Amino acid sequence: MSTANWDLDPSMESTAIVQLQPKYDLFIGGCWQKPKSGKYFATYNPADESVLSEIAYGNQDDVNLAVEAARKAYNEVWSKMSGAERGKYLFRIARIMQEKSRELAVLETLDGGKPIRESRDIDIPLACNHFFYYAGWADKLAEAFPGQKPTALGVAGQITPWNFPLLMLAWKIAPALACGNTVVLKPAETTSLTALKFAEICEQAQLPAGVVNIVTGHGDTGAALVANQDLDKIAFTGSTAVGKLIHKACIGTSKKLTLELGGKSANIILEDAPIDQAVEGIINAIFFNQGHVCCAGSRLFVQESIASKVIEKLKFRLQSIYVGNPLDKNTDIGAVNSKKQLETIEKYIALGLEEGAEIFQPTCNLPSKGYYCKPTLFTDVAQSARIAQEEIFGPVLTIQTFRTLEEVVQKANNSPYGLAAGVWTVNGARIFGLSQQLKAGVVWANTYNKFDPTSPFGGYKESGFGREGGRHGLSAYLQFKN
Amino acid sequence: MNHPSKSTELSSLLLSSPSIDQIGALERIARIQSRSIKGAAKLQGLRMALSMIDLTTLEGKDTTGKVRQMCYKAQHLHDQADGLPTVAAVCVYPSFVAEAKKALGTSGIKVASVSTAFPSGQASFEIKRLDTQFAIDNGADEIDMVISRGRFLSGDYQFVYDEIAAIKAICGPVRLKVIFETGELDTLDQVRRVSDLAIGAGADFIKTSTGKIQPAATFPVVLTMLGAIKDHFDKTGQMVGMKPAGGISSSKLALQHLLMVKEVLGEAWLTNEYYRFGASSLANDLLMQYQKQLTGRYQSATYFSID
Repeated sequence: MSTANWDLDPSMESTAIVQLQPKYDLFIGGCWQKPKSGKYFATYNPADESVLSEIAYGNQDDVNLAVEAARKAYNEVWSKMSGAERGKYLFRIARIMQEKSRELAVLETLDGGKPIRESRDIDIPLACNHFFYYAGWADKLAEAFPGQKPTALGVAGQITPWNFPLLMLAWKIAPALACGNTVVLKPAETTSLTALKFAEICEQAQLPAGVVNIVTGHGDTGAALVANQDLDKIAFTGSTAVGKLIHKACIGTSKKLTLELGGKSANIILEDAPIDQAVEGIINAIFFNQGHVCCAGSRLFVQESIASKVIEKLKFRLQSIYVGNPLDKNTDIGAVNSKKQLETIEKYIALGLEEGAEIFQPTCNLPSKGYYCKPTLFTDVAQSARIAQEEIFGPVLTIQTFRTLEEVVQKANNSPYGLAAGVWTVNGARIFGLSQQLKAGVVWANTYNKFDPTSPFGGYKESGFGREGGRHGLSAYLQFKN
Repeated sequence: MNHPSKSTELSSLLLSSPSIDQIGALERIARIQSRSIKGAAKLQGLRMALSMIDLTTLEGKDTTGKVRQMCYKAQHLHDQADGLPTVAAVCVYPSFVAEAKKALGTSGIKVASVSTAFPSGQASFEIKRLDTQFAIDNGADEIDMVISRGRFLSGDYQFVYDEIAAIKAICGPVRLKVIFETGELDTLDQVRRVSDLAIGAGADFIKTSTGKIQPAATFPVVLTMLGAIKDHFDKTGQMVGMKPAGGISSSKLALQHLLMVKEVLGEAWLTNEYYRFGASSLANDLLMQYQKQLTGRYQSATYFSID
């Protein structure tokens, strides 16, 4: 029997389970309120550019109302409630999220463009797990910080990014509530829908009014939140540029701040690495979520003795990466989150060519509508090239070689960022040696992009400060008396 | 036994064997298993899998009657359905090669014979040589030999390498499949090492198991062996075949294995020239799924002949 092409048929996830309203108001003080601006904006499906819904555009007045509602809920209800009672609400929220996981996954894919495989297998289960995990801490704060008398901060303003909308919401809201704070959350403007679904889940869980408030809007809505004088805490995940603005705005105020910002993380392949698994790790490090990952392994360092082999294997592997409709269960790389982001990525790809790097993209047909980008490798990249220094936030990998461990540590650390790093070697001692020298908040060994609620996450240098996840994540929402 | 001086060749082979990270291998497999194989692709995959089967009987109680019946089934998988392929080969003990050859006639279906004191391989080389020669003299198209696992585990790689090379010399144009019995090897590193060793010694196919030991053709083991085949191809341009045997009894598993072949090696391997399933019960599940895919309904298992 002769060989033939064997191509997979499309296998589309149904969207019938998603119940969307044509228009969403702001969720303030436990009820849905029209924005004072009277304005709404459209949210699009980046896979086909269709309008999914209209979303309220919150302004300073809306933000102030939301903070007032959160303050009232904190003073009158949430701060008086026992940890065990708060835990019950969090467990209830987690269970409802689990029950609605299919709807949340499909909605996350519709609104954000990420493959259904990822929203179904990674985003939503992890988001649920964060609530389960922090629900467990709610009545054990004294044990978590013995002798330190931990108490809540009060009201937290939280701003989340568009790359993992519901998961980042969970990273923010779950520990804040577990520690006894109330929150006002501003989701990213391109991906507000799962946060609004979450508001519905809070209603269903009968969470006391005002404990969670969702104010949708654009960048100025976020700025209004940061500017509010009655907040005790700001938590932000997003770009370093915006993080710096927020940092400035919070200086001289009583607001505590945690920032989880950009990255240009090094993924380091030593010559004694398990090579086929390392190739897979490189793929997961950079092409997970279209490369829209703050800790993406976007700078690949391969030891020169195996570099050509690794690059050949990467190119071959890219031929079986499916790029296309994110609702197709076989899709590996879905749609870029927005037109604006696609333009940014394309600008960097053009820059890479200008800088003389060699480009490789697999042959694949991209859908005619929607925002798509082929997975892209750049070889022959210099440390001084801008594509190797600046965060691209897309499926673009720069590949550099190195000769010695000393050299790779220097090059990896030669970055204003320091969020994450990966080390691939079968030599255990070398893993520990390198991970001690790498200036990054997270170092993965023989794996990449692994997240767990029990594990703290956060950066060095301009990748931010403070930790989310694990017991460490609690201290961002507590104050102590020693 | 002839011991050619190949020690430098062998040590360079073994030095180039990369380590396999088990957790990473399992993740790769999970990605493949999460693929959705539907519609026309499923139908095509089922037909492909049927055409890649080495229909097997390897029992102490085998008789000419049993072998003749299996050979008929090999040619007539399910005559109630039109246009089905035949299996690739039947796989029997050396003593039934002549009977199988006669029963298969001009059908084009190959006769594979196990040899080298299958399944344990615990015999002198003289016996293994005679065993192999006997199967070839009786008309075997393919030889499925077992390696000396005891020698491999005790680190005598040269012995294992030489034995494979010597059997390959006897085989000549007859295709040689080398069985590792991976269920008796400990780690994926060893699976990779023995794959590189066997390919270097001249194996035309590498095969997981005898079917007598569990676990047999597990996904991590097969993935590791495919990796060795790919690296050999990248280095030399030569295609070595793969035969998982034992444990693949459902269509779902078979299709996932084929997808793994497509993604790890490429579509050139999606032919029974380079890929086989060693199985006795897989065929009927493939047939049942094939009919379901065509008609939209499952037929009762009793509509499919067991032999």
